[in-house]
Amino acid sequence: MFHHKLTASALALSLSLVAPQLAAAQDYTPDPNAVDGGGIIVTYKDDVATLDPAIGYDWQNWSMIKSLFDGLMDYIPGTTDLRPGLAESYEISEDGMTFTFKLRQGVKFHNGREMTAEDVKYSLDRVTNPETMSPGAGFFGMIAGYDAMADGSADSLSGVTVIDPYTVEIKLSRPDATFLHVMALNFSSVVPKEAVDEYGADFGKHPVGTGAFKLADWTIGQKLVFEKNADYWRDGVPYLDSITFEVGQEPIVALLRLQQGEVDVPGDGIPPAKFQEVMSDPAQAERVVVGGQLHTGYITLNVTMPPFDNVEVRRAVNMAINKERITQIINGRAEPATQPLPPSMPGYTTDYEGYAFDPEAAKAMLAEAGLGDGFATELYVMNTDPNPRIAQAIQQDLKAIGVDVAIKSLAQANVIEAGGTEGGAPMIWSGGMAWIADFPDPSNFYGPILGCAGAIEGGWNWSWYCNPELDAMAAEADSITDPAMIEARLQKWSDVYMKVMEDAPWVPVFNESRYTMKSERMGGDDALYVDPVSIPVNYDYVYVTE
Amino acid sequence: MLAYLIRRLVQTALILVGVSFVTFLLLYVLPADPVRQIAGRSATAQTVENIRHQLGLDQPFIVQYANYFSGLVQGDFGRSYLQKTEVGALIASRLPATLLLMLGAIFCELLIGLTLGSIAAIKRGKWIDQLLMVFSFAAVSAPQFVVGLLALYIFAVKLGWFPIGGYGTFAHLVLPSLTLGIMGSGWYSRMMRSSMVDVLRADFIRTARAKGLTRWRVLGRHALPNAILPIIAMIGIDIGLFMSGIVVVESVFGWPGIGQLAWQAIQRVDIPIIMGVTMVSATAIVLGNLLADLITPFIDPRIKLR
Repeated sequence: MFHHKLTASALALSLSLVAPQLAAAQDYTPDPNAVDGGGIIVTYKDDVATLDPAIGYDWQNWSMIKSLFDGLMDYIPGTTDLRPGLAESYEISEDGMTFTFKLRQGVKFHNGREMTAEDVKYSLDRVTNPETMSPGAGFFGMIAGYDAMADGSADSLSGVTVIDPYTVEIKLSRPDATFLHVMALNFSSVVPKEAVDEYGADFGKHPVGTGAFKLADWTIGQKLVFEKNADYWRDGVPYLDSITFEVGQEPIVALLRLQQGEVDVPGDGIPPAKFQEVMSDPAQAERVVVGGQLHTGYITLNVTMPPFDNVEVRRAVNMAINKERITQIINGRAEPATQPLPPSMPGYTTDYEGYAFDPEAAKAMLAEAGLGDGFATELYVMNTDPNPRIAQAIQQDLKAIGVDVAIKSLAQANVIEAGGTEGGAPMIWSGGMAWIADFPDPSNFYGPILGCAGAIEGGWNWSWYCNPELDAMAAEADSITDPAMIEARLQKWSDVYMKVMEDAPWVPVFNESRYTMKSERMGGDDALYVDPVSIPVNYDYVYVTE
Repeated sequence: MLAYLIRRLVQTALILVGVSFVTFLLLYVLPADPVRQIAGRSATAQTVENIRHQLGLDQPFIVQYANYFSGLVQGDFGRSYLQKTEVGALIASRLPATLLLMLGAIFCELLIGLTLGSIAAIKRGKWIDQLLMVFSFAAVSAPQFVVGLLALYIFAVKLGWFPIGGYGTFAHLVLPSLTLGIMGSGWYSRMMRSSMVDVLRADFIRTARAKGLTRWRVLGRHALPNAILPIIAMIGIDIGLFMSGIVVVESVFGWPGIGQLAWQAIQRVDIPIIMGVTMVSATAIVLGNLLADLITPFIDPRIKLR
């Protein structure tokens, strides 16, 4: 579990507004026991799709890209606290609309060339260029000139200006408190133009960055080898000489190999079928690191489909679900949830209890809504374990208040399709597709999954809940960029989610914990193994003891 | 013979065109949108539409198919949506592993199937015959996922004879070949048994016995070769059977072949890869069948190709 205070802009808060924001001298204390050298083996079931930071967007390549590339901003290892990355410092203008980043000097790409402000501009132009087909392009909507890039009428962001080789200025078109988090996303990684030009569409197979590791070998379908970047600009790291990612390994096979000492980290985690066996063996359980993650599993109630258009019905369903029992189905690998935000997210409302489990009250509420005899509906669910079992528990809970639920167990892509089709799915259990934050800020849990922007054909707001009043509140909260006002901003977000709970388009069910298993020889702070941004492991800071 | 060959090749080409059209159509009507898989959850509607447009997925079905087909006839399988690389290169890099696994499986199924089938035929009606036929039934019906994991657990984890999955050395090949071949060995032992039983009843075996040859010489020199020949022609047809098996076996053993590639692509609606693997396997299957038909007259001169 992470116990540190997860204040989104703690760094910014501690410093004054217009003075250069310098890196805290000791933002992270390196492990005094860390030793250099050695290599680790990490396994995955699926192939690595791409290592292009503008395109890679799954939880497997996310942390790999983090180790190959850097952006202007970064996070303190094992935390959700921002720190400067390739930027040495930055200044924010009085109105919060202009950010001036001073770059570190002498940072070299893996090809040996020095990184400059031109590269920063090129990289932001590239990720927002429609031809790049970046899934993350939309994150950059606050940068001036984004719209012209998106509609193809410009080939460069007008808001990004190179002042000198080590200074870049970014102007926003609207104040946005999440901007620095966006600059820490993989999509903002700085890439060298000449390497992108050389490999073209295959840059993702030949990544060149400034990161702690560089790609040494990639045998498609078998393995990738990262080797240490000896010229890395952060002193002392990485500790490991190499990381080998072996792909095509079933999680259960990976676990067997870990038990034989052949694997250091099974990237897909402990398979559910083996979870109890591992945790009940003290020798194995002590090598499992448990942490929170920015995740919420929920049931969406489609507010456009009767009877879920009636708020009373949605509240009744909220009261009918036994969340405690559902967490038991997944061996207690989660905490029951009361609200959309996970507890470790800034803006979480600590004194809110949520809808208590009370089938009798739920029944009474249904009767009040004129549905005393219950009704029949459908629950869409992804067809991989444990989701169908969770769906059955939901089915039983709702049966108890007279609601007949038919379970539609489908492949992930089909559930996503049904959710994004108006009138497609009355209820969806989010398991396997649930929201995990892109960055540790409360706004990231609203727009695409609860806001009007997501309630469109092909969107991810599967309850089709659209409350313009809340959209306005959300926009207002994000326009508060003054670090001194951070508490006011978080309060506003807290209010937004409390209003959401009143309207009850979701049943928040649980917040999943993360369980990372490692080999005996792996060292480093536990927090590195449940790093909230580098999943599963922060490769730059872990080490091996033999 | 030449006319037959040309006619069959034309048929083969037509079958492949049909397969490409039907598969493409099925993937098109599938209620799952590949663009949303590519764009991920945080993409704005604008980003989704942009990606759809860039990939040409906003065009009518027939235009999309025509584009795909014209690439295909030039040997271009297109680019993977999610792996962002040439499908042709992905398949080419994985095909040798699959072919190696198939060879291993053919070896295993023949070795096991022919041996057990012969023994059963010689001991026809005895308890050992019945036992072997029960085995062959079990081998045909056993789910490969279970057989694979069981073999892995016993021979790799508990006994440590073989590596736990992976690819590279001969030792890596043994368990996956065995798992993939065991199903075929069930079929082959049954076919071998009946073929051998027929041969053992034949006149020339009686003649061989009558002229005083030893039992082993009769079996080894006269019965076995004649019983095996008709079975060899079946190998071509096996390829179709293997194509479904490799998806499972390659996943269990971490074998970097095209079955694994197909399985990952299906889960993520990566249409160019699904199409590419389908076309390659369909080609292998129809060519395998063609080869089987062409070999038959050499084995059994009574059969003429027309």
